[in-house]
Amino acid sequence: MTTKRSESPEPAVPRVSTLSRKDLLDIESITEDDIRLVLDTAESMREINQRAIKKVPTLRGKLVANLFFENSTRTRFSFEIAERRLSADSIAFSASGTSVAKGETLLDTGKNLMAMAPDAIVIRHQRSGAPHLLARHLPCAVVNAGDGTHAHPTQALLDAFTIRRAKGTLAGLKVAICGDVSHSRVARSNVSLLTKMGAGVTLSGPATLLPVEIERTGARVVTRVEEAVEGADVVMMLRVQKERGGGLGFPSDKEYFDLFGLTPARRRLAKKDAIVMHPGPMNRGVEIDSSVADGPDSVILEQVENGVAVRMAVLYLLIGTSGDD
Amino acid sequence: MTEAVLLRGGRVVDPSRNLDQTLDVLLRDGVVAKVDERIAAKGADVVDAAGLVVAPGFVDLHTHLREPGFEYKETVATGTRAAAAGGFTAVCAMANTMPALDDAPAVAFLVRRIRETAVVRVYPIGAVSKGLKGVELAEIGLMKAEGIVAVSDDGKSIANGMLMRRALEYASMFGLPVVVHEEDPSLVGGGVMNEGWTSTRLGLPGWPNVGESAMVARDVQLAALTKARLHVAHVSTRESLEAIRAARREGALVTCEVTPHHLTLTDEDVGRSGYDTRFKMNPPLRAEADRAALVAALVEGTIDAVATDHAPHHEDEKALEFEDAPFGVTGLETALSVLVDALLVPRAITLVRLVEVLSTAPARVFSLPGGTLAEGAPADVVVFSTTKSTHVTPDGFASRSKNSPWTARTLRGRVERTFVGGREVFARGAGTAGSVR
Repeated sequence: MTTKRSESPEPAVPRVSTLSRKDLLDIESITEDDIRLVLDTAESMREINQRAIKKVPTLRGKLVANLFFENSTRTRFSFEIAERRLSADSIAFSASGTSVAKGETLLDTGKNLMAMAPDAIVIRHQRSGAPHLLARHLPCAVVNAGDGTHAHPTQALLDAFTIRRAKGTLAGLKVAICGDVSHSRVARSNVSLLTKMGAGVTLSGPATLLPVEIERTGARVVTRVEEAVEGADVVMMLRVQKERGGGLGFPSDKEYFDLFGLTPARRRLAKKDAIVMHPGPMNRGVEIDSSVADGPDSVILEQVENGVAVRMAVLYLLIGTSGDD
Repeated sequence: MTEAVLLRGGRVVDPSRNLDQTLDVLLRDGVVAKVDERIAAKGADVVDAAGLVVAPGFVDLHTHLREPGFEYKETVATGTRAAAAGGFTAVCAMANTMPALDDAPAVAFLVRRIRETAVVRVYPIGAVSKGLKGVELAEIGLMKAEGIVAVSDDGKSIANGMLMRRALEYASMFGLPVVVHEEDPSLVGGGVMNEGWTSTRLGLPGWPNVGESAMVARDVQLAALTKARLHVAHVSTRESLEAIRAARREGALVTCEVTPHHLTLTDEDVGRSGYDTRFKMNPPLRAEADRAALVAALVEGTIDAVATDHAPHHEDEKALEFEDAPFGVTGLETALSVLVDALLVPRAITLVRLVEVLSTAPARVFSLPGGTLAEGAPADVVVFSTTKSTHVTPDGFASRSKNSPWTARTLRGRVERTFVGGREVFARGAGTAGSVR
């Protein structure tokens, strides 16, 4: 860790380990050990979330700024709850449209914020690489909460956490990730994390929604959703991102659902004990049938629940006060 | 002005006469007076050129001087000093200024600014269409009378095929080549880098090779149809090269240029840079297979010339999210070093061919003076080292802008002196002629 941190004389929780990087920008830039550390730490955080009083003083006196330049409900609430449960002070900033349209550049917004000495900035931005721009220029920790079509590392971590809790492991699992891969930062971060941890990933989607050379991630790539789902331990459906042009890749919602949607019949192609995931928000009746989304195999709401624990772990590992280092 | 300069004992490389030999060069009264062994020239300023290359000054077919309208990025004064520092004795100024160079008064204004402030020769390029809008022809004939040497809507492609045909037919009456920036807007869309694994990984909109080569295929066939002169700017894909080769075999009057960055960098450099906007330009850096094909085509002759596409932008404009920052990199002050370091030192190109593509060939492509050390030719000369290194520090650039992808790199190859019409306009250590800011 290279970030400047004020030393607190009385650490609330003794620090055992940290991430290998100042920032969490994407999955590619962190190690397998980092991933294991986050997932293990999230287990302890999950326990806190089940207490009667769901709050610890771990990040007392730390300031976290949440910069959401793009709409978000789940991720924003999840980060804010995580910050509160760790007793961090948090401030929220939301803006629609690009920073340029607002008149102030992203970098200026970041530098102005930095003048108020936050320990971490959580950023959601519609432009790929926006968190990297901040991370390069600011000394505080930068956490990517989703950038354009590039990465969504905390989503991949919470998905991995959810899978590991359900299946006990990641290595050796067969994971199908299906739908609008082109526009999905969730898919990119999940493929990166899961292949890194030894799972076998199959990506599927209409040819118009599969980005070029995506097979270089190490994933198997098919167009038939049945081929992806068959024999899978995990079926993860992706949202069709109409706001990014995902709707141009197929003729109608009806055709998409009939040919690529996760119907009960297609669900049955996966293993009997397979789990069904979706990063949300869902387009019911487009990429997934409600009976599957709400069915017994669905862990979609557990993903949301686990998101808080994983984000608590990430913030703690990035800016938690160290004992004597 | 010094009457005479004697460049003593340099390795004289003059591709116009296939010359590569240690000789003296005497510049007098603005022209190359003599090239010979042991010239005695009483009263001449003597420059020791031992261990250095003496060559005809470089000619850039593709420079954005930004004046008028974008003087905060570059001016004729700063851009031509950057040219001098890079060994360029002539540059061709692109038309996408504000207002655009699309009528005779606009060209006349630029010509006046050149006369008042330039330190190297500047040849204006007029717009193809009014306001670069791609709809109606600009006043090409009247601009020719004011001194344009080519026409181009560079920065934009000419999407309308009929306008392109008319431009070729009309410009050919004045002997002007039509310079094309090739991109099919419907295929390029919002692309900001090459489409490939790196764009997929970075989540940036990519644009594929066919976005360029489809337009090149159209235009070389239109050139054949109209028997007019077509010059393809900044070729970046191997498919474009194939289309150009095929058209030339059939006798079409097609020439093309390539930039130093497309010869030496790839889209993987964008990935490694971590969204660094100094690696964002149009056309984008392509795949390694394209880069290698461009080098081969430059060596073998399909590509006529190296042109910098020097595209200065203010730091504030470049300090944005990758998708929002403008396209373009500066190139005048680094071109020689980049090519020496990446191509000459590893012996991918000969010294004679390197000088040819920077000097003799571009002068021929636009029928400009220069590109030769023949006796009586203008005394436009560059003196450079192929062994000394340059550390690229944009703070020291003569250019007003700093958007160089080679920032902080140390490159073999260094320009030592530049003469225009026999007058020294750049000497290493002394800085460029005159101070401008």
